[in-house]
Amino acid sequence: MLNEKNDLAIDCCLLAGRLMIESGAETYRVEDTMTRMAISQGLIGTQSFVTPTGIMFSLGKDGSTRLMAIRLRITDLEKIALVNQVSRKLTTTELTIEEAYEELQRIASANLLFPFSWQLIAAAIASGCFLILFEGTVWDVPAATVAGGLGFIVVTLIHELTRVKFFAEFIAASIVGLTAFLSTFLNLGQDLNIIIISGVMPLVPGLLITNAVRDLMAGHFVSGVSKGAEALLTAFAIGAGVALVLSF
Amino acid sequence: MTWIIQGILSFIIAVSFAIIFNAPRKKVVACGVVGMSGWMIFSAFTMVSQDQVQASFAGAFVVALAAHILSKRFKMPMIIFSVPGIILLVPGGLAYNAMRNIVENDYLTAIAFASKAFMTSGAIAMGLVFAEVLMQLIFRYMAKRKTVIVK
Repeated sequence: MLNEKNDLAIDCCLLAGRLMIESGAETYRVEDTMTRMAISQGLIGTQSFVTPTGIMFSLGKDGSTRLMAIRLRITDLEKIALVNQVSRKLTTTELTIEEAYEELQRIASANLLFPFSWQLIAAAIASGCFLILFEGTVWDVPAATVAGGLGFIVVTLIHELTRVKFFAEFIAASIVGLTAFLSTFLNLGQDLNIIIISGVMPLVPGLLITNAVRDLMAGHFVSGVSKGAEALLTAFAIGAGVALVLSF
Repeated sequence: MTWIIQGILSFIIAVSFAIIFNAPRKKVVACGVVGMSGWMIFSAFTMVSQDQVQASFAGAFVVALAAHILSKRFKMPMIIFSVPGIILLVPGGLAYNAMRNIVENDYLTAIAFASKAFMTSGAIAMGLVFAEVLMQLIFRYMAKRKTVIVK
């Protein structure tokens, strides 16, 4: 009986951890959440080791140890907030462990993302606004808006098709560069540089940069360095995509 | 006038990134306010000191501070509020100029731009960390005072 309950508690912790890592939470928050959930179930002295590609979670000396591989990572801030709420409710005994597990499974299968059209409009508008913030002229706004929107469509499409993130970013950045080049070529835009800079802004790996630093500072060097490497590779992909267009 | 326009634009950008990163729907406006405050501090600091590195530090510091306060207020992870705000401060222009000079075989200028971009991102990181440490100290102090009063 005791073992069954422990099993459920481990499953619950691991599921919560997986959801948080997949949605892009910081490593120390994942470890903290898992430990809190375990303590609320009377499991003291649990150990966890969290990396962006997998979680190890152990009950300690006498208990079992489990491993959970993580294959996909996106940015979904709402899921982080929801899992956090479940863990809060579990620690204040508002939810039992069974209810919490059901709730987490519901979160895992739910698609909470904004519709793609909203994201696309957001990316396009952000590019246009960046152009003004970077002291561009108002005449370049349409070009930047189109470039940013096209880049976002391409990165989403190619990522769906190939599942290789860096390739998608490379192609998207070169499409942004090409759009900017065409717009200046056809006299629809004036400053090529600023249009490209604002166009690639929606592709910038903001979450990775923030998380890499916070993980490093919290002493999670494995996750920090690997997230930093991912951010650096993304930056390189974007840079190379733009460079490809500029070199012609 | 430019200040009002900059404020509105940075608010719109932070809201857009909150949508792209799928922040909780009711907190999208809060993300926008965080991004706006970060950018306003950044541009005010750039005007005073003419140094983008220091300005980025100040901007990131304010973003993290605001995100921390909001995360305590709404009982949500801090990352939800800080990520859309940080994007505004990313040195995209410097990185682009570095890349452009590499393509044009002007490596010396490229290194200058790249080091500046690197320094700026380092300053953003330091701003985030400093704000976090400061807020932890403040919260610990407040918790201690509360327990003393209860006793």
